Amino acid sequence: MKLKKGSPLERIYNGVWRENPTFVLMLGMCATLAVTTSAVNAIAMGLSTAAVLIFSNLIISALRKLIPDGVRMPAYIVIVATLVTVVEFLMHAFLTDLYDALGIYLPLIVVNCIILGRAEAYASKNPVLSSVFDGLGMGLGFTASLTIIGLVREFIGSGTLFGFTVLGDWFTPVSIFVMAPGAFFVLAIIAAVRNVIVRPHVRENAINEISCGGNCRYCSGTLCAENHRRLREDETSASAPKATEKEAKS
Amino acid sequence: MKIILLTIVTTVLIDNVVLSQFLGLCPFLGVSGKIKTALGMSGAVVFVMALSSFVSAVIYELLLKPFDLGYLRTIVFILIIAALVQFVEMVLKKFIPALHQSLGVYLPLITTNCAVLGAALKNVQDGLNIGMSTLAGTGTAIGFGVAIIIMAGIREKIEGNDVPRAFRGLPLALMTAGLMAIAFMGFSSLR
Repeated sequence: MKLKKGSPLERIYNGVWRENPTFVLMLGMCATLAVTTSAVNAIAMGLSTAAVLIFSNLIISALRKLIPDGVRMPAYIVIVATLVTVVEFLMHAFLTDLYDALGIYLPLIVVNCIILGRAEAYASKNPVLSSVFDGLGMGLGFTASLTIIGLVREFIGSGTLFGFTVLGDWFTPVSIFVMAPGAFFVLAIIAAVRNVIVRPHVRENAINEISCGGNCRYCSGTLCAENHRRLREDETSASAPKATEKEAKS
Repeated sequence: MKIILLTIVTTVLIDNVVLSQFLGLCPFLGVSGKIKTALGMSGAVVFVMALSSFVSAVIYELLLKPFDLGYLRTIVFILIIAALVQFVEMVLKKFIPALHQSLGVYLPLITTNCAVLGAALKNVQDGLNIGMSTLAGTGTAIGFGVAIIIMAGIREKIEGNDVPRAFRGLPLALMTAGLMAIAFMGFSSLR
């Protein structure tokens, strides 16, 4: 598929598939593990994050020439925190059940790597329209992956899908899958599948790349940006594996 | 006295911040390769988290609550934590260089760590007072330390093992975390 760089469709394709935040980049793990006990919670979390992401990308991209470089992180954090508070209010007013179910993970969207990562890696350097669609693509990708994980955990852990019982009485739910350890196991399986499927160089430092160097703040600044770059490089130089080897050595 | 003990046991073991609440997962997976770095990281987290829970509780109780500004807590807390980490780093560098040497690298790593913000927000949500907030924050941080040090110990042991290729690296770390989470579920009967 050949799409124009920065066009709305290319951005959405990029977010949902090529650089899927959960399955490819492995960002925002805290939220991913914590709220995927059921598909409904997962969708709610995904959509809230998507909403924050779209608007933060919009605002940050619009202000990208006004925000001085030295204070950009605090500025981004204030913008994101404001948006998260708005989302929190809306959820509290109209979707109280979900608000209660998501608990402190809703305000914690502020420190979700995806949001500051996209602000730093994309919105701060690109025009408004592309940034909005970048946010939309990443948000949809995040929502889709959370929903998939939520469905798997809900199905195995309580025998339901979206709250409807699908399996008969013969099925004994493996309730550990809706508890904390199950989250780790499901993610471990996903990461193992990803290890096999995703391009080889990404698995070289499999442990570091999720951690963003252990620092959400520099998410896009160090290792994640490095991953983005490598992903891109890999696509262009798929036929020349020697270049990647050289790079790995240096 | 009983409630103090209960808070510590709850925050350190029962509601372990990493293994049952999934907060601070990035450093937990990223900095748990060696026991030494895990120790440094947990030291920094305990230091910052105790301080930040105290400061954010003070600001919430004395500033936000009286003026009915509770809804600003997310913004205020994240700014407090970011400023505090910078400040702590400067103070340590100037006055206690030895401590800065051992913790310095890890301090900037926790500025926007979700565990730090999560602990502050959770204290407000649970309606704890300033003293209890500080205690709960410290307990949470110790819980993080316990988890990451155990994790580092396990990972040092399994490092050289012949693991199926697909499970090398992150998947194995996550499996380990899952097994640890099962072990920690045993503590819930302490409640």
